[in-house]
Amino acid sequence: MQELIRRMKELMADGTVQRVLGWKKGDLSYNPEPYYFNTAEELDEFVYDGFCGANLSKYMVKGSNLEGKTLVLLKPCDTYSFNQLIKEHRVDRDKAYIIGVGCKGKLSPEKLKEKGIKGIKSISGAEIDGDCTELKIDTVYGEKTVAYKDVMLERCHVCKGKEHRIYDELMLESADTCDGDRFTDVEIIENLPADEKFAYFRQELSKCIRCNACRNVCPACNCRKCVFDSTKFDSEQKANVDSFEESMFHIIRAFHVAGRCTDCGECSRVCPQGIPLHLFNRKFIKDINEYYGEFTAGEDAETKGPLTDYTLEDLEPDERR
Amino acid sequence: MKKIALKDLSALLSLIAETEQIYLPCEKGGQVNYARYEDGVKVDLSTLKTVKSAKEVFFPQSETLYTMYKEGKKIRITQQELQSEDFILFGVRGCDVKGIEVLDKVFLSAPVDSFYSARRDHGTIVSLACGEPEESCFCTVFEVDPTSPAGDVTAWIVGETLYWKANTEKGEALTEKCASLLSDSDCAEVEAEKSKISSILSQLPYTNLSLESWHGEATKEKFSSDLWKELYKPCLGCGTCTFVCPTCQCYDLKDYDTGNGIQKYRCWDSCMYSDFTMMAHGNNRTSQMQRYRQRFMHKLVYFPANNNGMYSCVGCGRCVDKCPASTNIVKVIKAFSEKEGK
Amino acid sequence: MSMNEEFRPKIVAFCCNWCSYAGADLAGSSRLAYPADVKIIRVPCSCRVNPMFILRAFERGADGVIICGCHPGDCHYSTGNYYARRRMTLLFSMLDYVGIERGRTRVEWVSAAEGVKFSNTMNDFVETIRSMGKNVRLGDLRCKN
Repeated sequence: MQELIRRMKELMADGTVQRVLGWKKGDLSYNPEPYYFNTAEELDEFVYDGFCGANLSKYMVKGSNLEGKTLVLLKPCDTYSFNQLIKEHRVDRDKAYIIGVGCKGKLSPEKLKEKGIKGIKSISGAEIDGDCTELKIDTVYGEKTVAYKDVMLERCHVCKGKEHRIYDELMLESADTCDGDRFTDVEIIENLPADEKFAYFRQELSKCIRCNACRNVCPACNCRKCVFDSTKFDSEQKANVDSFEESMFHIIRAFHVAGRCTDCGECSRVCPQGIPLHLFNRKFIKDINEYYGEFTAGEDAETKGPLTDYTLEDLEPDERR
Repeated sequence: MKKIALKDLSALLSLIAETEQIYLPCEKGGQVNYARYEDGVKVDLSTLKTVKSAKEVFFPQSETLYTMYKEGKKIRITQQELQSEDFILFGVRGCDVKGIEVLDKVFLSAPVDSFYSARRDHGTIVSLACGEPEESCFCTVFEVDPTSPAGDVTAWIVGETLYWKANTEKGEALTEKCASLLSDSDCAEVEAEKSKISSILSQLPYTNLSLESWHGEATKEKFSSDLWKELYKPCLGCGTCTFVCPTCQCYDLKDYDTGNGIQKYRCWDSCMYSDFTMMAHGNNRTSQMQRYRQRFMHKLVYFPANNNGMYSCVGCGRCVDKCPASTNIVKVIKAFSEKEGK
Repeated sequence: MSMNEEFRPKIVAFCCNWCSYAGADLAGSSRLAYPADVKIIRVPCSCRVNPMFILRAFERGADGVIICGCHPGDCHYSTGNYYARRRMTLLFSMLDYVGIERGRTRVEWVSAAEGVKFSNTMNDFVETIRSMGKNVRLGDLRCKN
């Protein structure tokens, strides 16, 4: 990480970039925040470790309006989002200097809690320079150890790969974290009878508190004004007044990002109620792959998305599996 | 002081449930929230913090106030009935009890909110001491005593026993009702537990947070600080912090056209949202920086200014746990201390 | 509705202005019968149908929603129905996935000359929905009182 900081300071000093968009150390050992560093001194508070899950691509929507170039750190999965944002003309490639940083899987503080680890004083083993296999956690209730993999975000278990899709330079090593198939859960649900499907999604969606965190963190949700924020909108964007509202919100949101969602997993990471929102997005991705050919949003910044395209031979809605 | 073995807790709850509804932390879909006690619910008293706080029992996220129907050329209005049955709120932590105290200041001072006040009148709070506080807790900073929380009844879980102490008339009445299952006890175990918790509290990272410069008179100095322009930047403008907060009390009033009539309802609002306090002329806070500043100024400056110094934060740490961008009230307080220290 | 009364489903049909709506007209002027349970909403093109319209229809108590447009290749705007076809395929698949019974949604291409097809389609769709019963999964409870 010191090498990375040195390089960032260098780029700032020679005027290549005006600022750095990265992560600032938190006040606990697991809560670094996205931050614009404007001076080299500020970079002393920079951190990049297993808890830096936030996808900084979305912050570049604002970053593109700032004076001069912004150095942005993107993990392999974040680069898909960035490409997609270029395609949608929401970020300016020329305003970004991208350092593709390696990733050894990102961690979920929620999962630490689930393991009964609380009263955390410090955590070691999450450093990007380490081998990221085991976390040693010092808590007020004693020392705890936990396997790195066991507290990794769901999305890292189905990692898209170590390759950065867009970058100006690459730094730091990545590790393979993928040990599952991202469509397994989708298939399980698909094969349930209708009433069980319904019961499952009712249980999950009834937890929704309409905080809109999933929408606001999503790089694909980059509309200047969301339809759910319109004051002329008939139903309520912030109240869980009726079960219908939650279904409406999540289905429409997933539909609106269908073909544009890169499956970066931010929605599921930020949900305060732990709703597996990726199950909606992956259903669309799976269908698109099946019906219109393999497509990965954000692989490049040019290919037409499946919902802005068609062929004469597309299958009819009633012919689907 | 009374006590009951933890294994008999469900018998206790069933006994109370015979005559009154109980709301308590229950697990559903992997998350713990307050829910009504009924057959099949998974009661979870060991999780320290429910996702949504106990405030939703008195001040639900959304509730209908009245409904209007058109009858010929007239409009008929039916008011939503007020809470008229007694109920028990069980297992509330010290921070949430204090949160309800904060809400009382808002909803029970004139003009009194009849919906809230009816629920308060009929609700009995059984609070629960925090056996294992977490790193994001800082309630002691706001003078909450998690070792011995307020409420009509205070309970402690020590080992396999639940200790029970009534504090108010309502609490006495509830104790009376449960008399057949509760037995007398001395205070030794509870006192030992209290000092154990206190020693843990002193080791938590936020224990020494200083609120020195935050008070009702700080408006001018804090409002115009440049620090906000930096602090707000990670904020995504979602409402997570507001909706999990035990003291956030802002709400919106809305009409819903059901096709047969108009339902007037209210729902929690968040100062982080772009349509917060939207008026005909537009919005009086036009940037996320202003919205972000509003939240913390309200909690730490405006509220104390109007309520004899009482803060509108209770240090539960839910925003610390849940903020998607890891920004929160503690970081704000610390950033100002650091700047003012220099 | 009492138990003895026959269940009359509420069906919303989004019909494109250029083909299907004219098809419905033809069905009418040819005196072909189809149930009055079908409420037609005219849209400029099948691709004008926003997924929200469909959910909204269910919210307000629809038991089934059908979208009718020009046959692929015949779109008045050349390509509108091709886009609609992809969208509806994905949306209906999603509704199926969250447990909204399959069959409550349908897409049918009906030209201006196909009055008979329009009437047959509607008869068949109404019959399907009638056998499935009321939609209880995707409605807004507030609209029911």
